[in-house]
Amino acid sequence: MTIDEIKSLLTEKFGEGIVTGEERTGMQPALLIDADRIADVCLELRNNPGTYFDFLSCLSGVDYGVEAGRFGVVYHLSSIPYNLKLVLKISKANDRNLEELPSFPSITSVYRAADWHEREAYDMLGIYFEGHPDLRRLLMPDDWEGFPLRKDYANAEYYKGIKID
Amino acid sequence: MITTTSKYNIALERYHKKIADAAVEDMVLNMGPQHPSTHGVLRLELITDGEIVKEVIPHIGYLHRCFEKHAESLTYQQTIPFTDRMDYLASMNNSHAWVMGVERMLGIDKDIPKRIEYIRVLVCELNRIASHLIAIGTYGIDIGAFTPFLWCFRDREHIMGMLEWASGSRMLYNYIWVGGLFYDLPVGFEERCREFVDYFRPKMVELNRLLTDNQIFISRTANVGVLPLDVAINYGCSGPVLRGSGLKYDLRRIDNYSAYPELEFDVPIGTGKMGTVGDCWDRYKVRVDEIDESLKIIGQCLDRLQKELKRTPDFDPRAKLPRKLTPKPQDYYIRAEGTKGELGFYFIHDSDRKEIPFRVKSRGPSFCNLSVLEELGKGVMIADLIATIGSLDFVLGEVDR
Repeated sequence: MTIDEIKSLLTEKFGEGIVTGEERTGMQPALLIDADRIADVCLELRNNPGTYFDFLSCLSGVDYGVEAGRFGVVYHLSSIPYNLKLVLKISKANDRNLEELPSFPSITSVYRAADWHEREAYDMLGIYFEGHPDLRRLLMPDDWEGFPLRKDYANAEYYKGIKID
Repeated sequence: MITTTSKYNIALERYHKKIADAAVEDMVLNMGPQHPSTHGVLRLELITDGEIVKEVIPHIGYLHRCFEKHAESLTYQQTIPFTDRMDYLASMNNSHAWVMGVERMLGIDKDIPKRIEYIRVLVCELNRIASHLIAIGTYGIDIGAFTPFLWCFRDREHIMGMLEWASGSRMLYNYIWVGGLFYDLPVGFEERCREFVDYFRPKMVELNRLLTDNQIFISRTANVGVLPLDVAINYGCSGPVLRGSGLKYDLRRIDNYSAYPELEFDVPIGTGKMGTVGDCWDRYKVRVDEIDESLKIIGQCLDRLQKELKRTPDFDPRAKLPRKLTPKPQDYYIRAEGTKGELGFYFIHDSDRKEIPFRVKSRGPSFCNLSVLEELGKGVMIADLIATIGSLDFVLGEVDR
């Protein structure tokens, strides 16, 4: 199944607004998906007998930089029975206010593999996943301040009142 | 700083409450991070009811070395030594995956000379054997068999010696470079490698007699830690863990990268010979069988390297090395079969003037394989949990990156 067929399959099922754009310049074309409905899209792609995207290869949070002011998540799905690969991208504008993190729906109910990947994205980039069962920090300690992989991250000067040299 | 009352702290508070409650009702047992059977610095918080594990809460991150942050500030070539330190038991496979991804982004992957591709596959498969030998040996120790561990390390030492001869380093090689290799193989390497294969085959037979078909070992591993196939796929398990559950899925065959399409080898899967499909013994057996397949691949590589792809005096393994590694702006996800499963790197490159990537995400196979432990650890005995951990064969360097 080509990317066009997948696109028409999605628009047929969810309506015109679901695919907000596409990227075809690189070797791996990607579909840009409406961020609020990504969990439904993944569920459909996993269960549809024509696609069976049953394997979540990778889930990456991305900070598109201070000027762009956007955060996104990239999903690499693969279908073991049909040997297909698919890239889905969602993104949202955010002003980097730590009280209001960029927030996307969690896909843990579709792929359990997303559990730790989403926790890592939260830990490293401060992306909040709504509906995640246990969204704690994964790699950094629980009391860590800030999100290290953000482009504007500055190293802390103090750790619990102790100066870091 | 996030205030304590915000919704971003709910999960942490819930977790603290769960542990506090469990400490009253049941017992909370900390296994690790310095426990020998957790294979590195993994901490498992077990909520136990007597000998029964009710819940496993893994805590990782003790070996986090900011791989992705480093990769965002270094050129592609400079990051290769960092990839070596991800899965430090199979450094060649890591750098092979990384290098393939960069070469495809640069569009030079078709220009790599055949001899280089075969040398890459040869050293990767040697490294795969070394990694599986550690998995088998330490698994024996987990179960209580000490001798196989010493045997495995004795044989692994030959591989370490050979790879040191080629690259100058015992474990962290930095041998596979973008567009080529650090050096050609040293003179006499192929012959030495053949000697090793001839020496090693009977040793595997011995090892199988000692451990694989050992009744005590089978009793401890068969029907323990059964991982059904659908759960394995849903958790993103790959490599021997997925194949142990009975699916013939090997990216060397699926993606046909490097020299693998020209090589003959089988993909062993778990069959449930001693118990249920997907139990600890199956996962262990897949690794043992993969060693045999790797030996087959090594034999074929050596045949070609000694005949039509012979070393010539003017062969330069760095001939195709690009002066500047500046790919076009693009995203690319490369996946390759590491020793533990699907090893992936996701690159975002945003400018054709820059030599450093905008974002790199690494998908360690151990990371996903370990996450299934929460599922496997429910309602088992503590001793069986140890057997399950060992059979998953993860390396914390790759989990934490």
